[in-house]
Amino acid sequence: MVIAIVLPLLAAPLCLFMSRRVLFGLHLLVSLLSALAVGVLMREVMAAGPLRYAVGGWGAPLGIDLQVDGLSLAPLLLTALVMPPVSLYAHDYLTQPAEQQLCFWPLWYLLWSGLNASVLTADIFNVYVTLEVLTLAAVPLVVVAGGAEALRGAIRYLLFALLGSLTYLLGVALLFAAHGTLDMVALAGVWADDLPSAVGLALISVGLLAKGAIFPLHIWLPPAHAAAPAPVSAVLSALVVKVGFYLLARLWLWVAEPGAQAALLLGLLGAGAVFYGSLQALRQGRLKLIIAYSTVAQLGYLLLLFPLASATALSGSLLQLIGHGLAKAALFLAAGNVLHVLGHDRVRDFAGLGRRLPTTWMAVGVATISLTGLPPSVAFLGKWQLLEAAVDQGQWWCVVVLVGGGLLAAGYLFRILAHAFVDDPAYPDAHPLPWTLAWMPLALALLALLMSFLGAPLERLLLPGNPFAGTP
Amino acid sequence: MISQLALYGLASAALFSLGLYGLLVHAHLLRKILAVNVMGNAVFLFLVALGRVSPERINPIPHAMVLTGIVITVSATAFALALARRLHREVGAVDLDAHTQRSRVLREPTRGESRAP
Repeated sequence: MVIAIVLPLLAAPLCLFMSRRVLFGLHLLVSLLSALAVGVLMREVMAAGPLRYAVGGWGAPLGIDLQVDGLSLAPLLLTALVMPPVSLYAHDYLTQPAEQQLCFWPLWYLLWSGLNASVLTADIFNVYVTLEVLTLAAVPLVVVAGGAEALRGAIRYLLFALLGSLTYLLGVALLFAAHGTLDMVALAGVWADDLPSAVGLALISVGLLAKGAIFPLHIWLPPAHAAAPAPVSAVLSALVVKVGFYLLARLWLWVAEPGAQAALLLGLLGAGAVFYGSLQALRQGRLKLIIAYSTVAQLGYLLLLFPLASATALSGSLLQLIGHGLAKAALFLAAGNVLHVLGHDRVRDFAGLGRRLPTTWMAVGVATISLTGLPPSVAFLGKWQLLEAAVDQGQWWCVVVLVGGGLLAAGYLFRILAHAFVDDPAYPDAHPLPWTLAWMPLALALLALLMSFLGAPLERLLLPGNPFAGTP
Repeated sequence: MISQLALYGLASAALFSLGLYGLLVHAHLLRKILAVNVMGNAVFLFLVALGRVSPERINPIPHAMVLTGIVITVSATAFALALARRLHREVGAVDLDAHTQRSRVLREPTRGESRAP
């Protein structure tokens, strides 16, 4: 468990001393070892159920524990799958002078470490710390590309993130005042339905909604994600915002017992996100903005977990989380290739791109299957389970959200494809892309599609330690 | 008689709202960054007040949390200030409104500052 956090942290300073070629080896090594660490964790959780680890041997009330169960495995697995290909892609994508790349890689590995740490920690104050690690690594990565637009996006992102984390911290302080503990499991044991707990949970939730870019606190996301360099946007959209959702699920379903109305409110926010994000995506003319608004929309599906609150809905939303993460990373990397070749990303001027960047557009096509929720993608399995839970419980409005959102997604994604497949024979041939740029988006998109054949084992993996055990 | 903790709590709630108001209302980045700091101090005030169990006994955990929080806030503030400075150098304005770009020609680069590429 510790390896997953420490390994990227160790790699961060090492990057400063490496030449480009050795750096490529380092990416491969870290990717391999972290995949191994997550693989071992997965096997242990499958065999023995949720695990806890007392860092330094101190134990819960005094020390800060780590924990892993099905819910934390979903983002862990996603990180282990998305980070390696995106790292290799970024290695060839960045064209800045060497000294600027010097700043990039340590931050990159810090981000990786923060991602793993924030889903493994069992202490709500430590969550605040890891969230800040994430923010302070992610914001500078947005400005690596430079330019006024990226700067504005980054500053807005930073201010929103600080607002979110301070609101979160105030909530933590209230919970600590009411219950005298910061450990998630201990907190669940003494949870009471009194006013300080309710206000604390509300503050924490608002903070996490801001961090997770969930409607209506999403306004920082599109400018920041669209202005960042492609590999950074990919990681921000696929992984970083998911941490907000993960923590929300952890606190609402494992620790606290909020009422049905509050859960319904979260679900309605999700529905708002799906429709608002999709409609905004339809209106955008630039590829990266379309993809960024699509993230706002796709995050909305995840929130349907709260009103549905069943084991089926849980595994559905976690599958959707994994499927969306992989497909979204693929799309942003593809957008990076378009920018690399054309120098702009105006969808209207995409004619001929399908012929010129065949692997990239195949990746876009395959990712479209995932994001619209068509079979056989992982996201389809996820949405299907959410649908099943909604129909079982007679919550028909969730069905409307799921189906309507899928149709809207098809609307904005097929538009991109349509423009690219208009043939333009006058197009000059370009020098070919390096293999990492050409193939990594496709690899991620195919992963999002083909992992569904592992659907049943995946589901078993995501359920250990879930709070709905025993209920259908 | 209102309890001491409640007094501190109310004070920190007032400070927090003040900071939030400042963050939302002001356009100037420096004011926004200061407002975030006011919000942070509001939370820290509450935590320090929590640490006092009785006049003789002090719970160290909230103090440790405040120290960690201060370190994080200081670094975040420094980083925000650096970003604001960079924005000022690139577009000559210190707010997030995209339309307030001033002409760069009018400004000479200050001595000791390297121009952004």
